[in-house]
Amino acid sequence: MTWEKLRKIIDDVKEKFGEDLVREVYVERKIAKIVVKKESIVEVARYLRDTHRFDHVKGVTGVDLSRLREGGGPYIEVLYHLGSLEDQELNDVILNISVILDIENPTVSSLYSIWPSVEFHEREVYDMLGVIFNGHPKLERILLPEYWMDIPPLRKEYKVPGRG
Amino acid sequence: MVLDQFNLTRRIPKKTGVFGYTLAYSKDIIEAIVEEVIPDDEREEAIKEYGLGRPMKLIEGGDTHYVLQVIKNNSLIRYLVNWGRMASLWPAHLTTACCSVEFGAVSCSRYDPERFGWIPATGTLRQSDVLLIEGTVNMKMAQRVRMIYDQMPNPKWVIAMGACAISGGLYAKDSYNVLQGLNDIVPVDVYVPGCPPRPETIFQGFLLLRDKILKSRLD
Amino acid sequence: MVLEEKKKIEVYDTGGPRLTFSYGPQHPGTGHFRMIVTVSGDTIVDLEPDPGFVHRGEEKMAEYKTWITNIPHLERPAILDAAGMVIPYCLTVEKLMDVEIPERAKYLRTIVAELDRIASHLYWFSLYGVFLGHTTMFLWCVSDREFILDLSQLITGQRFTHAYYVPGGVRNDAPKQVPKELVKEFKYYYSRMIGREPSQEELSEDFSKYVLAVTHFMELRLDHYYEMFFNSEIFLERVRNIGVLKREDAIRLGVPGTTLRASGVKYDTRVNDPYDAYPFLKFEIPVRNEGDCYARAMVGYQEIGESLKIIRQAIEQMPEGPFKLKQHPVVIKVPKGEALGRAEAARGEVIYYIVSDGTDKPYRLRMITPSFRLLPALKHLTIGARIADIPPIYWSLNYWPVEADR
Repeated sequence: MTWEKLRKIIDDVKEKFGEDLVREVYVERKIAKIVVKKESIVEVARYLRDTHRFDHVKGVTGVDLSRLREGGGPYIEVLYHLGSLEDQELNDVILNISVILDIENPTVSSLYSIWPSVEFHEREVYDMLGVIFNGHPKLERILLPEYWMDIPPLRKEYKVPGRG
Repeated sequence: MVLDQFNLTRRIPKKTGVFGYTLAYSKDIIEAIVEEVIPDDEREEAIKEYGLGRPMKLIEGGDTHYVLQVIKNNSLIRYLVNWGRMASLWPAHLTTACCSVEFGAVSCSRYDPERFGWIPATGTLRQSDVLLIEGTVNMKMAQRVRMIYDQMPNPKWVIAMGACAISGGLYAKDSYNVLQGLNDIVPVDVYVPGCPPRPETIFQGFLLLRDKILKSRLD
Repeated sequence: MVLEEKKKIEVYDTGGPRLTFSYGPQHPGTGHFRMIVTVSGDTIVDLEPDPGFVHRGEEKMAEYKTWITNIPHLERPAILDAAGMVIPYCLTVEKLMDVEIPERAKYLRTIVAELDRIASHLYWFSLYGVFLGHTTMFLWCVSDREFILDLSQLITGQRFTHAYYVPGGVRNDAPKQVPKELVKEFKYYYSRMIGREPSQEELSEDFSKYVLAVTHFMELRLDHYYEMFFNSEIFLERVRNIGVLKREDAIRLGVPGTTLRASGVKYDTRVNDPYDAYPFLKFEIPVRNEGDCYARAMVGYQEIGESLKIIRQAIEQMPEGPFKLKQHPVVIKVPKGEALGRAEAARGEVIYYIVSDGTDKPYRLRMITPSFRLLPALKHLTIGARIADIPPIYWSLNYWPVEADR
């Protein structure tokens, strides 16, 4: 029943923000993902929080798509995993929203003003992949050592020193 | 100060007395011992004559130091001092990652190291003898490990516990942030292998350290 | 900072000069984690957490190893609770491969996962006790935990980081007999701790009966713990009404696990998104409403009791049959796609997001651990408190630095 309600929510978002949606990936019981355009991520997020009661973010992920065989290219994808605790029926599912950025200049506006739980996750994506979030209160390094001078390590062009 | 073995010196005593200790007050004895560096062509003869195994110590300022060495390494005094040190080792443990859980499990009643004087007091570094480094050491943490080692007073020993502290372990090839073995930053006395080592193995490592202390020479 | 936090500081701020110090990486109270604390008098004005001292690069390493050789290093973040870290990985890979595991494997996975959860909670209480000054709790919990680890060793072969799970089932079957020396040692320990001899039927060498005997022993010991530690003045004075986390803040900051259940939200992945054998077993979820450090400790205490019930039901209901899928080659190829899977570890829910390219290595593996999600709560709770309140707050959240840094 919960996956049907999620399906209805995705259709509702598709109706309201018609052109802003780029793509949708939905396999029942595996993954539910909406890809939106970079400029409208804040409005879609605010709509999901106020109307459909998605009240916290479980994590933020960054994926470097340059070596993917199908559908790859010089892009970085940033995903937000959303969850809901107030709404009893949506307790069981996770909805993902994502944006696709250029690898040369990856900047996007931060969602800290909508959900304060993304503070440390966005810092980690900045550290590991080099994505800049505009509007974050303190965007600094969090996990790597202070003297790290190389390129961000999760990019595909960084090779681990032990394997040449 | 101990010279390394490639820089041999020989001691040419000019004046000695029966009890070198009393002569130490006089000004003559300060110049009594002359050190000179042996040139390379005479090396082999000097090794045959003096032997390489003897400690070559540079003694500046008289016989006092040398005589104190001889007195300290008298077998009875050496045994008493070493026994006092080995029978009450207090560890300062640097709980890094996985192996710290096994260290907590060693202190329980099944294995009981307290009967050997090993009290895991979670106290300060200034009152500990042994630095027990368990687990993986990071690039960010390596600088702090060296600072911690420098803050402990002498005499001190180091035990490297777990495969990650010996040589990088499971993270040896594919990780970008892990120090490959602790040898690079601190001098290690005992290596305890395992991933994580069983409590019986940690026990054996700890008993080996006690043997090593009992047979060592006092400085 | 939010308005409430600013108001709290205005009440306690003495107006004197501020001092910034580092609650450093080598500290007997924290483990490998640094907090940069700014105080004015005895009140904390600002706290900045500084993780990263155990960051080993697990996510990048996972792209260089195959699907099965990834399992030993993925269970190293939360060592005590190795099952909780690896079960969601196996669930996600099975979702990508579209397979269903046999029944006996589901029950075996559940039993080992619950044993790891009990061991992790006992270690949490032992450290909680020792850093509040109560050393007896440390020694009792660590000694009792040895018998739970013996059970885990009989089934899997290792005490904790066992690499027992593979995508498609488990590695080997449970034994049928228990060695004699172990039963003798258990009988001696039982008579010393409880004060009377165990009954004759509890001392058999059959595996299922031995497991039932150990679970019964742990339930008797839980009553002893309550009298000795949870009801004693040393604990209660330092823990009541300290670090109160209200319900709205808990949801807004996104905290997982025990902390969420102690603030009044009834949420557990084993009930809300069930996997393995949990749909067939009956158990409850303990929930409390106060949200202070005492409530978090009591939720953990009651969870041990529920885990013992689960183990008992699973051992009695376990069916016969195969324990892993038939052809199990060393190198498996997973079809293209992306999937998301989650499970409940001892500290909260663990989420995996895997992107696969069709080859024998993952393309991107992302692991979201519960300890990293607790950092905003740590910052929120300590502002306005005193310096001596940092150990109770920090240990009641059950933050494990290795899990947060991966």
